[in-house]
Amino acid sequence: MSEPADAQLAQWRHYLASDPALAAADLDELESHLRDQIDDLESVGLSGDEAFLIAVRRLGRTDELSREFAREHSDRLWKQLVLGGEASAEKPERSGALAIGFAVLAAALVKLPALWSATEDVTLRNVPIFVLGVLAAWFLVRAQAVRSSVAIVTVAFVGAAVLVNAYPFAAGADTLLLTVLHLSVALWLVVGVAYAEGRWRSDRARMDFIRFTGEWMIYLALIALGGAVLTGLTLGVFTAIGVDVGRFVGEWLLPCGAAGASVIAAWLVEAKKSVIENMAPVLTAVFTPLFTAMLVVFIVAAIVQVTADGLSAFDAQREVLIVFDAALVVVLGLLLYTLSARDASTRARWFDALQLVMIIAALVVDVVVLSAMVGRIGAFGASPNKVASLGLNLILLVNLAWAAWLQFGFLRGRLTHGVLERWQTSYVPVYLTWCVLAAVVLPPLFGFA
Amino acid sequence: MRIGKDLVAAAATPIVLGILAEGESYGYAILQRVAELSDGQLAWSDGMLYPLLHRLERLGQVESNWVDAPSGRRRKHYRLSAAGEDAFAEQRRQWAVVTDTLRRVWTDRTERGLALPDGAGA
Repeated sequence: MSEPADAQLAQWRHYLASDPALAAADLDELESHLRDQIDDLESVGLSGDEAFLIAVRRLGRTDELSREFAREHSDRLWKQLVLGGEASAEKPERSGALAIGFAVLAAALVKLPALWSATEDVTLRNVPIFVLGVLAAWFLVRAQAVRSSVAIVTVAFVGAAVLVNAYPFAAGADTLLLTVLHLSVALWLVVGVAYAEGRWRSDRARMDFIRFTGEWMIYLALIALGGAVLTGLTLGVFTAIGVDVGRFVGEWLLPCGAAGASVIAAWLVEAKKSVIENMAPVLTAVFTPLFTAMLVVFIVAAIVQVTADGLSAFDAQREVLIVFDAALVVVLGLLLYTLSARDASTRARWFDALQLVMIIAALVVDVVVLSAMVGRIGAFGASPNKVASLGLNLILLVNLAWAAWLQFGFLRGRLTHGVLERWQTSYVPVYLTWCVLAAVVLPPLFGFA
Repeated sequence: MRIGKDLVAAAATPIVLGILAEGESYGYAILQRVAELSDGQLAWSDGMLYPLLHRLERLGQVESNWVDAPSGRRRKHYRLSAAGEDAFAEQRRQWAVVTDTLRRVWTDRTERGLALPDGAGA
């Protein structure tokens, strides 16, 4: 290849290197293509410059090429939306003002139920719906969503509000808490419909939402840390001058701040994608080994305990089982977040083997918890909490079992990473179905107790 | 003759799978093979092949690895996986139905005579 073509090629590469949709490996591949093409064109007598121009022209328009790559690799697009450039046209100040407006709205709505009823139950019933509703509305307004998305989201939220307020829950009922919990998860997935801008059937969009969820939690945790410092100092300085602000902090600052923070965290995830993106691999690399170690040690300890005391060690307290449920959910969350943050084109590494160990350990724990649960239900009869816990465990068992099998196939090089991702993204409707089912069916089944 | 964009897009996957079924290959060589097979009539922007190959890879239908050519140039080679063989066979069956149908509908028309307006149908 001639000198001038070489120089042009370097410039071309430099120009495209700033495009977030094109990874370095893609540029290598395209460059090797251009070099082949230029060689062929030069061999039939074209000059270096001419050959370069024709080769690049045949490659296609840069914006179209970038869009095609972005569509296939939406995980890279994540860094900065290049599709059509709509998102980049959005001015940062405007998007910030919109987010702050919705945050204030969420904060105000938290206090709304208190206006018509002072009981805590009414607040508990409505606040999650309000906050998630504002978040969904923010996504819809921001993206100027299509009518079908608006319709789905509206119907879901109105339906949830009607359900939770129409059910005649007894005061302080277990089923009320369960319904609110399951509805919140279901509505979070509905927020995902708003997030996906009409593409909620696509597995890429679902994976993006899973990644969004993880990053939203990280931002929320960071804001909560700052909020805790602020709250502590507020209490401290006012106590020093003899003014008690405890009530203000407890009734206004914390609930309103938390509601507003949920919108601000979502905006930060969207506005500052590349910041967290660098943190995600680090966080998963740190916590996957730690959680694996925790589960493995737990299994060993449990075996020792059971051989010493017999199976009675397990069917002890209800709280213990709830802790296990929480641990399993966190493991699944970690697995999902790792999947979503991983570059799908790389091959299996030691980290993937470690992940398989974590999944298998979680599976063992799940089976232990499940058998303890069945034992409890057999001995003491069913209760809403037990049924909800049992359902969650079964769902996690199926997911983890198949995930382990796929991970094994991936490690042996028989499956691509995409298969693992698609299993998880196609499993999302199962969570939605279960949550809706649990929220709708459990309360009447147990007499709203 | 210029072949419509939608038709090119629909044909791209089976053609690429078919070429890879002949044996391992890389982007530039695949495009040359397409040009050769279609006498240069079927063409798309060269760059568009790569996102297509990446999609097939994500779906597990092709596998890839980087190979150093004797010239010292690095090339990303693609080959069909077992799942890709299945997908190729499936695509082949589907396209056979389409081409058969087209051939029949056209030969029928020729036999009845193109000038006659076909109002009766079946």
